[in-house]
Amino acid sequence: MLTSHKSSIRFAVAAAFAVASTFAMSAQATDITGAGSSFVYPVVSKWSAAYAQKTGNQINYQSIGSGGGIAQIKAGTVDFGASDMPLDEATLDKFGLGQFPDVIGGIVPAFNIDGVAPGKMVLDGTTLADIYLGKITKWNDPAIVKLNPKLKLPAAAITVVHRSDGSGTTFNFSDYLSKISPEWKAKVGEGTAVQWPVGIGGKGNEGVSAYIKQIKNSIGYVEYAYAYQNHIGYAVMKNAAGNVVEPTIANFQAAADTADWKDSKNFNLVMTNAPGAKAWPITATSWVIMYKQPKNVANAKVAFDFFKWAYEHGQDQARSLYYVPLPPSLVQQIETYWKNEYKM
Amino acid sequence: MPVISAEPIARDNEQRSREDARHDRIFRRVLKFCALLVLAALLGAALSTLWGGREVLFGDGLRFLLSDSWNPVDDKYGALAPIFGTLVTSLIALVLAVPVSFGIALFLTEIAPAWMRGPVGAAIELLAGIPSIIYGMWGLFVFVPFMSSIEPALSNTLGNIPLIGKLFQGPPLGLGLLTAGIVLAVMILPFISSVMREVFQTVPTRLKESSYALGSTTWEVLWDIVLPYTRSAVIGGIFLGLGRALGETMAVTFVLGNSYNITSSLLMPGTTISSSIANEFNEAVGMHRSALIALGFLLFVVTFVVLLIARLMLRQLAKREGK
Repeated sequence: MLTSHKSSIRFAVAAAFAVASTFAMSAQATDITGAGSSFVYPVVSKWSAAYAQKTGNQINYQSIGSGGGIAQIKAGTVDFGASDMPLDEATLDKFGLGQFPDVIGGIVPAFNIDGVAPGKMVLDGTTLADIYLGKITKWNDPAIVKLNPKLKLPAAAITVVHRSDGSGTTFNFSDYLSKISPEWKAKVGEGTAVQWPVGIGGKGNEGVSAYIKQIKNSIGYVEYAYAYQNHIGYAVMKNAAGNVVEPTIANFQAAADTADWKDSKNFNLVMTNAPGAKAWPITATSWVIMYKQPKNVANAKVAFDFFKWAYEHGQDQARSLYYVPLPPSLVQQIETYWKNEYKM
Repeated sequence: MPVISAEPIARDNEQRSREDARHDRIFRRVLKFCALLVLAALLGAALSTLWGGREVLFGDGLRFLLSDSWNPVDDKYGALAPIFGTLVTSLIALVLAVPVSFGIALFLTEIAPAWMRGPVGAAIELLAGIPSIIYGMWGLFVFVPFMSSIEPALSNTLGNIPLIGKLFQGPPLGLGLLTAGIVLAVMILPFISSVMREVFQTVPTRLKESSYALGSTTWEVLWDIVLPYTRSAVIGGIFLGLGRALGETMAVTFVLGNSYNITSSLLMPGTTISSSIANEFNEAVGMHRSALIALGFLLFVVTFVVLLIARLMLRQLAKREGK
């Protein structure tokens, strides 16, 4: 009796799954689906609404996280994946995948010190790495004073805030620190989640911004949009060229413009610490990942058309959400890459 | 007047009783199925977390249990810090919530005037219905700033007491194990107190009145009559609350500080099993994902061990009563 009950449960569950997956399949016939990075979700959904109005093609994007997006595109259950971390050559070749950037975002160090206005604090990569390594523990440390001779910095302990959830923001931030500081690279390294030597973790950009606002003498890193919208004190950074730069749309684009895309196959390049004179050092992008020989060619064509449309006509929507559209030079390289790599 | 012979009635009765027996059988099976469904769900969840976490649980074995380092970059994981955080925050919550719940329940059943019992009882039940994310937001935006304002005073007073002083020394961040424990206490309070209130109402009035008649004070009646009469249900209620505290995720994630620390200070940030999973699962792949699922399995184990201890305690109490 018991076993027959069990097998009937198993049957019901299997049937439910079968029904659900047929639904997903039939939806795919008319619409295309993408999944992955939550970083691009707001702008992709705004784009897809406008694109659907124009062409009638629906882009369903599910923000399930970069890891999930990579897994889904590998399994071929979506038409495109989106990841905040680029895939390496070996993985791309093994699965026959290609990748290209979609939109740019900036990451800014944010702080909360009484009497220091937003944009007045200057930091460089080494100092930031030492703060996050726990080597610089007070705001009046000589290294910070040297960068900010005019500021009145308190003798207070620094409270370090980082992301507690795995995120592309953390990946780009830790990648930047790895590029600057050999000690960071050896002790911590880079990833969407890392083993933080010091500090407290806030969930999401909103969690980190909330902690920074509440805890005096704290420092953290957030996406530009959050620092801007929450009026948090952001720091300006000394970049690879030795210039002190502001986090602005122009400077984020300068980073994307001067990053060494030409020498990187499949856009496998994290553009932190870009060499340009005005380049903001912690600039990030996320990558769209698609099969070079897609199973469903019609869907893939719609996806390419969508991203082409977004590069050309989606710029204002991106800016309204504090994202940065790709500079024309990079768009051109991407379109060449499509022509050369994707066989349809 | 029609004459009714006895024979058809007897036959009817026979048929009725046969039908009744069949209905009873069906009913019993339906009930059994419902009960087995719970068991199957529990076993399924436990086994699937065990399976999902097998790479880490069987690959790393004891090192996973005993290491306090959690390093996604090197793919080396240790569960000690989340287990520590889970147990400490739940313990703080219990220490604070149990006496208060006891007080609430006793007041409502024994002391409060009749007009007050209904509204206050309803308020407690409403408190139980508040989603945990709301407690989390309240914790983060209201309670954390308050805690950070009183923590210096806490460090200066309680922090100087020998032995337990260490627990209250640390930076006044407002976030941390103590804050998380207090928020959890508020969250589990309604569960424990409403169970206690229900069972205290079941104590027969004549027992209490006899005790009063013998000259007992209210406290003596409560401690010597009401509590022993309802002891096992009260402990059941406490462990219901504890179960919620062990598994609570969102509220804790907001106020705990989410860092893989094992510290002697309650003012320092920490992490719990469920908040680690909630934080990192979205972006985790490979070993990292396996480690998080293994953490989920450990939460089963921890909860099971805690419930086991509760059973043993109850049995011990029952034995002592027998003497």
